[in-house]
Amino acid sequence: MKLFTEIGRYLLMIKGMFSRPENMKMYWKEFMHQCSEIGFGSLGIVAIISVFIGAVSTIQTAYQLVTPLIPLSTIAQIVRDTVILEFAPTLVCIVLAGVVGSKIASELGNMRVSEQIDALEIMGINTKAYLVMPKIVASLVMIPLLVIFSMVLGILGGRMAGSAAGILSVTTFDKGLLQEFVPYNVFFALAKAYTFSFIISSVPAYYGYYVKGGALEIGQSSTKAVVTSCILLLFADYVLSALLL
Amino acid sequence: MIEFKNIRKSFDGRTVIDNASAEMKAGQCNLIIGASGSGKTVLMKCMVGLFEPDQGEILYSGQNFTAMNNKERTVIRKEIGMLFQGSALFDSMSVQRNIMFPLNMFTDWSYKKKTDRVNEVLERVNLKDTNKKFPSELSGGMKKRVGIARAIVLNPKYLFCDEPNSGLDPITSLLIDKLIKEITVEYNITTVVNTHDMNSVMEIGNYILYMHKGKKEWEGSNKEIIFSKNHLLNEFIFASDFLKDAKEMRMLEETGKIPNLRNADDRIGHSSPSEPS
Repeated sequence: MKLFTEIGRYLLMIKGMFSRPENMKMYWKEFMHQCSEIGFGSLGIVAIISVFIGAVSTIQTAYQLVTPLIPLSTIAQIVRDTVILEFAPTLVCIVLAGVVGSKIASELGNMRVSEQIDALEIMGINTKAYLVMPKIVASLVMIPLLVIFSMVLGILGGRMAGSAAGILSVTTFDKGLLQEFVPYNVFFALAKAYTFSFIISSVPAYYGYYVKGGALEIGQSSTKAVVTSCILLLFADYVLSALLL
Repeated sequence: MIEFKNIRKSFDGRTVIDNASAEMKAGQCNLIIGASGSGKTVLMKCMVGLFEPDQGEILYSGQNFTAMNNKERTVIRKEIGMLFQGSALFDSMSVQRNIMFPLNMFTDWSYKKKTDRVNEVLERVNLKDTNKKFPSELSGGMKKRVGIARAIVLNPKYLFCDEPNSGLDPITSLLIDKLIKEITVEYNITTVVNTHDMNSVMEIGNYILYMHKGKKEWEGSNKEIIFSKNHLLNEFIFASDFLKDAKEMRMLEETGKIPNLRNADDRIGHSSPSEPS
């Protein structure tokens, strides 16, 4: 029963975001601020994770391909497809659920318990539209870009690791990259990225927006937000894979 | 004028406000007093629309606020300023940006005009030259004054203050009381203050509403409160021996049995030491 109440309240929050902005300029400013916080704020961690994921993929794939019958360029193909299909969208978004999700939940939670949201409501501002909407839209814009960035860095990391470990040359890797490339995989990855972006931003926003209590509850809601986002993200990953592949 | 009729509000089956009705006097300081948990804050939050009452009506100058939709309420809300118990300043913004926020949102004034208005209200609350400070750099009293400045920057018709003296030392409390009273008169605002500070009751309460366990127990002015025979009210207000003595003295003064040597303005006015900033 509680689950249905929560789902209903979540849907009402989403519905409540759609109203005419009181001042478009202020909303735009807030959107740009969120783009900077979510996008540029996560750039470092995404870069580090992506390079290492690509590098480890190359080394582990090479380790498993023991037969000389399979050409070395296949390693590059496997790394490319794994990074594009799974690592860049899913793993990066799981990390972002922690980084961005906890930030959104704690920011809104703090605003709720310190009555800043009430102060905005009293002024006649639709807080769902002003506080939640820019975060979701900024996530929908920035996270897919981060995923594309992650794909590029992941493949580059694999390329570097392959040549540094003496597994395969850069030329062989590049040859493998171009073999049997399916552009639909990128579309699939982006479809996942958009779905995950919405989950990563809206679920923590819900937990933060409706938090009750004090500092302890903000921490709890932040943890709940990250855990729920991760579970929903993995579930969505499965559903999208089953539907689109 | 703000009026509320037969307000009832419950949370999880527990009645917090029980059939409360009263009329907040226009252009005056109206105080809602009562012990912790008596329903003062809930009543105030119902009045400003943060909580929906289960039953009853809230009227702003005769307009039924409870029956309005969000769009209609926005018009009334633009005439409301509110000072929260914890000041509710936006942590990430400087004092200037905090106060300028309503101006940015609801006016198309030039930056200079907005800055001038911010400086004007900051000067009014005696916080000149604090524009660039952040809330974390301010004392409790200063935060309250910035909260008041933000609440009045759009020239509201109604000012709500939720426990403006909580967590403040007696001198700063007096300064905040004085400020609220002065602003009420100067801007001709209908002010509603939630408090359990006895100084506020005696010094600024033009109209006092006493709440007890969610019900209206007593109403009257700060003159009438001294002569009230209401047992619960007397127990709440004049709880200590010191306050009982003060009440006796005030009664004697009011009835002319001893001369009134006090000057209310001096007590909360010019002779008060200023708060260190």
